[in-house]
Amino acid sequence: MSHPAKASEFLEDSAKSKWHDETLWFVRDKRDTISKSIPEWEQLRELASQIKDNVLSNLDSYLVEFEKKAKANNIHIHWAKDAEEHNQIVLSILQQHRCKAIVKSKSILTEECHLNPFLEENGVEVVDTDLGERIVQFLNQPPSHIVLPAIHLKKRDISEIFHEKLQTEKGNEDPTYLTHAARVHLREKFLGAKVAITGVNFGVAETGEFVVCTNEGNADMGVHLADVHIACMGIEKIIPRRKDLGVFLRLLARSATGQPITNYNSHFRSPAQGKQIHIVLLDNGRTTQLGREKFKNSLKCIRCGACMNTCPIYRRSGGYSYGSVVPGPIGSILSPGLDLKKHSSLPFASTLCGSCTDVCPVKINIHEQLYEWRQEITKDQGTNAKSISMKIANGIFAVPFAYKVSGAIMRGALKILPDSITYSGLNTWGKQRDLPETPKETFKEWYKKNRS
Amino acid sequence: MSSRDSILAKIKAIPTEKKPLPEIPDFELNINLKEAFIQSIKGNKGEVIDQAQLNEFLEINRFTKIIDLSKSFQDLGTLDLPQDAHDLADVEVAIIKGQFGVAENGAIWLTDENMGLRALPFITEHLVIVLDEKSLVDNMHAAYYKIGNQPSGFGLFLAGPSKTADIEQSLVIGAHGAKSLQVVLTNL
Repeated sequence: MSHPAKASEFLEDSAKSKWHDETLWFVRDKRDTISKSIPEWEQLRELASQIKDNVLSNLDSYLVEFEKKAKANNIHIHWAKDAEEHNQIVLSILQQHRCKAIVKSKSILTEECHLNPFLEENGVEVVDTDLGERIVQFLNQPPSHIVLPAIHLKKRDISEIFHEKLQTEKGNEDPTYLTHAARVHLREKFLGAKVAITGVNFGVAETGEFVVCTNEGNADMGVHLADVHIACMGIEKIIPRRKDLGVFLRLLARSATGQPITNYNSHFRSPAQGKQIHIVLLDNGRTTQLGREKFKNSLKCIRCGACMNTCPIYRRSGGYSYGSVVPGPIGSILSPGLDLKKHSSLPFASTLCGSCTDVCPVKINIHEQLYEWRQEITKDQGTNAKSISMKIANGIFAVPFAYKVSGAIMRGALKILPDSITYSGLNTWGKQRDLPETPKETFKEWYKKNRS
Repeated sequence: MSSRDSILAKIKAIPTEKKPLPEIPDFELNINLKEAFIQSIKGNKGEVIDQAQLNEFLEINRFTKIIDLSKSFQDLGTLDLPQDAHDLADVEVAIIKGQFGVAENGAIWLTDENMGLRALPFITEHLVIVLDEKSLVDNMHAAYYKIGNQPSGFGLFLAGPSKTADIEQSLVIGAHGAKSLQVVLTNL
């Protein structure tokens, strides 16, 4: 289903979609306030972008250095060319440890690989431990936002699913009460899991360490109680030096939620005594994207979600309308690279206003890449309804007589035509919009009367 | 070819113009470090207290399961650090020492030697960190300069209690980890 079709589903509940729009704008606003409190903000963005440029132009040597250092720190390194290989590697580690139940903290990469259903098919219970992710997991839904996974839900929905799954009081919608019910439920899971999976925010080539950021502390609750920690990492998450973390940690949380830093920023360098750390390095289309000169900058993304919070389309259409693991503006330039046919409507889910580019902490030219994808897609697909109407319009505007006649016809026709035609399914523009009242006379006629 | 080699070969085959790695300025902040740090901790929903307030906190709540690794005051602990992190499940208060704090965001640097067991600052119901006022630095650049090549197996910037806003963006303290963070600033 295309983005517009799914967006209209989301817009059916107008109160909820209005709340969604306003809430994400509130997060965007918090980001603005806190970024303005740092005089060097723009310089930090430029530095982050330059560091990532350097990484992308030396990725192979940084990966080799990262691997060497991590191995010297007693970390096991695995390489996966695609999602299938990634999932097999994770499963084989679980099988070695006879592990049938795992806890997992937020990792967009494992969503990308569809790790949960794969492990479940192989008899492993997967518990997502980020509160928002646990909520959507109970509902068999994917996250609708990469930082705020359950932002599409209201507390009423969460209260209902918690009543069913965690036996909370029926109708009790108090966020504190519901969060504490989840705390009790998940603590049991943390204490019982032998293997914990996390994502990776940054991997440092210089030291072989990796950093995971959370506010809830769920990643750490999982890994420090488990015997084995599996960290799933995209190859583009590498940064060269430890001190580069100073730049990225200043930018990440401020861009994501408007807070100065996440409450827990864990640096994993070597396993605790008697324990194991595994890193799975995943390609899955990243090297292909790196080879596309126009689109490789999308690999700089640090997954803060700022482009979603600011996007007028995302805020009004919801994360699910994109039908891709990473939604919003950044998802709309990453996903077509993975499957152009499936995601061909995404680059059009944008006003090209450029707000995404303005807030991006690593200065990805998101709206320009959206425009570039549109060029690729139209080259690929040829004409559609909109381009036909544009061609007709072109003919009319080119011939003054045709313009005059057709203007008169339209002024007459719009008054007579029933709404069913003006707002028909063929005219997607007519959705959620009202046509203006048609004037009685043309501007030319008005000018003649009043000014000549 | 192994996946490792094929991934690396694929990257190598892409013609790229080498981009230089920029140097990072200090971005020094001219601020009162202590005031800024206290404000940051408050913003992160933690509290800054003194030693008397710590004693009061422990007394009023009549905690009986306290682990004190801070070696800062008289030992306030009632429990020894166990062998297995699972035995920390009932700990009410953990008191540990922080290496230094960052004024711009309230982050406190901790490594294995401060935590005893890595799970401790997360699993405890309440966390108390003792921090020397003179250890404060202004921002994250100064922080990583201070860390330098310190070879810790696990390092943590901890900036507040466990929190979440995943239910309708309402802030709730105490998601999975510590329900409170109290920082005792000392000036020894």
